[in-house]
Amino acid sequence: MADAVGVRPAAIKAVPVRHPGRWVAAIVVLAIAVYVLYTIGAAIGNDRTVLGPHTGWLVVQRFLFNGLIFRGILVTLELTVLAMAVGIILGAILAVMRLSANPVMSWVSWLYIWFFRGTPVLVQIFFWFNINLVVKSIDIGIPFTSLWLHGDTNKLIPPFMAALLGLGLNEAAYMAEIVRAGIISVEHGQTEAAQALGMDRGLVMRRIVLPQAMRVIIPPTGNETISMLKTTSLAFGAGVTELFTRQQQIATATYDVLELLIVASIWYVVMTSILTVGQYYIERRFGRGSTRQQPLTPLQRFRRMLFTFHAPLPPAVVQAGPAVPGSEHR
Amino acid sequence: MVKAEAVQKNFGRLEVLRGIDLEVKPRDVMCMIGPSGSGKSTFLRCINHLEKIDAGRLSVDGELVGYRQRGDRIYELRDAEVCKKRAEIGMVFQHFNLFPHLTALENLVEAPIRVKKESRAVASERARRLLDRVGLAEKVDAYPRQLSGGQQQRVAIARALAMQPKLMLFDEPTSALDPELVGEVLDVMRALAEDGMTMIVVTHEIGFAREVGDTLVFMDGGVIVEAGKPRDVLANPQQERTRSFLSKVL
Repeated sequence: MADAVGVRPAAIKAVPVRHPGRWVAAIVVLAIAVYVLYTIGAAIGNDRTVLGPHTGWLVVQRFLFNGLIFRGILVTLELTVLAMAVGIILGAILAVMRLSANPVMSWVSWLYIWFFRGTPVLVQIFFWFNINLVVKSIDIGIPFTSLWLHGDTNKLIPPFMAALLGLGLNEAAYMAEIVRAGIISVEHGQTEAAQALGMDRGLVMRRIVLPQAMRVIIPPTGNETISMLKTTSLAFGAGVTELFTRQQQIATATYDVLELLIVASIWYVVMTSILTVGQYYIERRFGRGSTRQQPLTPLQRFRRMLFTFHAPLPPAVVQAGPAVPGSEHR
Repeated sequence: MVKAEAVQKNFGRLEVLRGIDLEVKPRDVMCMIGPSGSGKSTFLRCINHLEKIDAGRLSVDGELVGYRQRGDRIYELRDAEVCKKRAEIGMVFQHFNLFPHLTALENLVEAPIRVKKESRAVASERARRLLDRVGLAEKVDAYPRQLSGGQQQRVAIARALAMQPKLMLFDEPTSALDPELVGEVLDVMRALAEDGMTMIVVTHEIGFAREVGDTLVFMDGGVIVEAGKPRDVLANPQQERTRSFLSKVL
């Protein structure tokens, strides 16, 4: 056998096909992009602002770290976190209700999702903002007893709460569908195996189905969070002093409208970028067991690259390679 | 241990089980063979109430499966009671159904800790012993996807044993395996039978049925066509349907 392999054919050295079209397209696209960016950049640079002529970028620089802007960022973050918390918790409950064997549960959930997905968020925020016009007070208690809690709608739903309700309740409808998709993506055999071990419905859901559903639920939830971060700007409609409202307040005072929009945009991009990184690590955490090997984090890959450039693979790196237990099979 | 009298099961208008009568004694190994769609898997799933029977009586250890009888009335069991009974019966599936997000050890300790409320130390200790027993002591921390099919099925058997069941059900445990991996799983099952476990095995491994089984049941069309000592049934089938099935698989 070894003899037959003796003469190995020479490797093929061919002239690669040229792709002039690709070069032309790339240059055209780059040229357009540079032109557009340069034009806008130069226009803002030449803008006449509170600081005098040709000071657009100076204004951006000046307000980028402004105290009001920072306070706005804080409110934006609060609103995002709280609205997502409401959305995720209520969404998970709605998803479980939707899949419930009890038809009333399933229908109530369906109606909720139908209604809240069917109306614009801004309308919902305005609705909660103005609810005190018709509902003067909210009373919760046990009928036929004196155990009642009384609250003035005006005090219970200040602007921040109105925005939170609008954003959170709307988000719950979307999260319900995401969680439901995650739950039904888990193979039925998993439920059966868990049931055969004597686990009850609750245990099967908490310990077996949901952890596996997370792999499907996390990516769109990250998406929703990033989307929510920007949608909080609609709280402007309820007069909540979040980032968008704050830049608007400054812009109305100084007339530097575009400059302050750029300030806000920079912060929105910074915040969504941080969320994107966070999402990567959360996905990695919940992906355990789905691949033979945990993929390396970018940081680990960078470190390994440094190592391999300098010296032959150190033994630790070799071990961490394909020698995962059991990987020799299939 | 298991007693079935005229057990029937329908899926809509399809009659899957049309009156099954059989008895499995403690420490016995019963193998069930038959063409696909003959109802063997369905019968197995009825024993731990993954399927509900429509007529007849099915009991494990003298207690009805899924029901309780008081006087002339039959009551459905509550979920908690069904779970309690399932916990005493181990089941091994064709497609393993290991929990992919948990390591081998975690797969084994999950139910003992959550269902039987054992301490983690006690459960882990037994889990390690069981993994050692199925020859996977060094795979304790491996995730299912890092294991071969045969290894996964051995973990699945160990997972069922971790609940210390009084009865083990095997639903075509080797059907999804590459041929060269079948042996390692059958070896584990053979050792289990020798230890005196009561087992019901739905299988296509005629050789295993002959060597390990105390009884062999041939099912077709939702009924038991023939049952008896494996050697007798295999060497000298009385029914034409049994003969024609065996001529195809032997």
